[in-house]
Amino acid sequence: MEEQERTETIPQEKFIIEGCREGEAEQMARPHIGYVRDAWRRFRKNKVALIAFIILCILVFLTIFGPSISGYAFEEMDKTARNQGPSAAHWFGTDKLGRDLFARVWQGGRVSMLIGLTGALVSSVIGCIYGGIAAYFGGIVDDVMMRIVEILISVPYLIVVILLSVVLQSKSIGTLILALTLTGWCGVARLVRAQMLQIKSQEFVMAANCLGVSSRRIILRHLLPNTISVVIVTITFDIPGYIFSEAFLSYIGLGVQAPDTSWGALASLAQANFTFYPYQLFFPSLMIALTMLAFTLMGDGLRDALDPRLRT
Amino acid sequence: MADCLVEVRDLCKYFPVAGKKTLKAVDHVSFTIEKGQTLGIVGESGCGKTTCGRTLIGLYPKTSGEILFAGQDVTELAGKERLRFKKRAQMIFQDPYSSLDPRMTIAEIVAEGLQVHTNLSRKERQERAAEELLAVGLTRDYLNRFAHELSGGQRQRVGIARALAVEPEFIVCDEPISALDVSIQAQIVNLLIRLQKERGLTYLFISHDLSMVRHISDYVGIMYLGALVEYGTGAQVFSEALHPYTKALISAIPDPDPDSGHEEKKIRLSGEVPSPVDPPPGCRFAPRCAFACEACHAQMPAWEHAGEGRYVACHRWKEIKEKGV
Repeated sequence: MEEQERTETIPQEKFIIEGCREGEAEQMARPHIGYVRDAWRRFRKNKVALIAFIILCILVFLTIFGPSISGYAFEEMDKTARNQGPSAAHWFGTDKLGRDLFARVWQGGRVSMLIGLTGALVSSVIGCIYGGIAAYFGGIVDDVMMRIVEILISVPYLIVVILLSVVLQSKSIGTLILALTLTGWCGVARLVRAQMLQIKSQEFVMAANCLGVSSRRIILRHLLPNTISVVIVTITFDIPGYIFSEAFLSYIGLGVQAPDTSWGALASLAQANFTFYPYQLFFPSLMIALTMLAFTLMGDGLRDALDPRLRT
Repeated sequence: MADCLVEVRDLCKYFPVAGKKTLKAVDHVSFTIEKGQTLGIVGESGCGKTTCGRTLIGLYPKTSGEILFAGQDVTELAGKERLRFKKRAQMIFQDPYSSLDPRMTIAEIVAEGLQVHTNLSRKERQERAAEELLAVGLTRDYLNRFAHELSGGQRQRVGIARALAVEPEFIVCDEPISALDVSIQAQIVNLLIRLQKERGLTYLFISHDLSMVRHISDYVGIMYLGALVEYGTGAQVFSEALHPYTKALISAIPDPDPDSGHEEKKIRLSGEVPSPVDPPPGCRFAPRCAFACEACHAQMPAWEHAGEGRYVACHRWKEIKEKGV
């Protein structure tokens, strides 16, 4: 009896609706902001990342228009003006063959940037596809694919570059990119796989399954969009890595060959008489350092900005 | 029963674990749910409630047994037939924070099922999504929002709207309230009850909250370590529990009256839940049961009929009932 008394319901008439009616139960206070705009708003708040972004814009602008601003062709030699210091005629000075360094630095920047961007892009695309397949199918497919990655990652890229330039009989930019990306995608593949595995186990994927959404749509609508921000951030962190690798390879003579040039090749040339003409080493090195730092700092800011759950 | 919508017979779901062992998450579970009614499944964490619900809805393949939906075995369906079943049976998830895609707007989330099951245009889908949101108590301002802009209760409402959008007859509610505040829990449960009345929905309500299950359910099933131990109407189970485990569970519900002497009468179980990996023979509950005898340790109790619409799996339920312990 006591049980029944307690569960007895209070008649409906005794309740009065206070405040809001049905349908207008809850109202939004803050205006709606789209995903991209919200990310941009958060990115702008990060002053360091914003400055890095501006520096990058300037660098990109100069690599595109720099050689024509200088008024000299990058391979043009002037025997009357050899090893000159920075002046009004030659802003960054000239090298031992009398070539204008301002033109050469930005010409070299083109090569460095090209290798950095395409390298990161190619390895990201391959890594995404590879990691995505491994994560989506799981089980034995995943096991085999990840073991292959582990083997590839353990091969030092210097050996790959040397072997490739021997086998292909060329030291062109194409060979360089191929050599760098041949094992470079492995890191991205691992990252994408880990991220996808995490998303796959979330309940919204299960809900989509419940609704009868096809596998193809689940990958396109749920798995990929949720991985893309991680990939973008990885790309920005990878670019300086590729630029540095290229600089290093050119420095030791395995990279870009004369008359073409890059920041690494410029530094390598300047190193011979660096005690007498330190500015010849200073400018290309400064550009390498600035680009790498800017990309890294911007990547940091992007990572925070692209995560909608990190609200600031 | 003529209007029985869901019938589960001897459903088993085993997972292989390392070392060639099997984890018996759901072990020979049988129950029926009549159209328009609610079956509440109660049990402690890890007893297989969620696995049971997910297997029922087809998210996990069953190991053995039958799942009949409107008289048709749905476990062997493929292609169009399977899609039709998915339209009729939906699920509401436990964690409102991971059950909504953070990259989709609320409109896209709610309309996702419509894209699969209907030929509506983008605009019509948006309209339908707005209608469903209104039905769960959210305005259309929310359509272009992202999940992270909403509170837990609002997200759970969106999850309900997503399930409702495809107009299902049967919804598995997998602990829909356990991640929410108590005040919000009541709102969500009342919303579910209202929707059930308006649309004639049938629920399988999974929870570990006995008071909520008692509030919403017509029938109640008590699970322990993968197996149902007792089944009956809410009134039957809560007023006169037959299984010792059910008795212990019910006595664990706190009593608001401090002078009722409830605290002293509480049945306190000793020991831990044994592992569901290769469980020993006999009654699963025997190691912790005050009434366990030799037979309990040796043999699995049968799923016995114990009066009008009641079932219990216990060797000694008759004795216990007579003694009135």
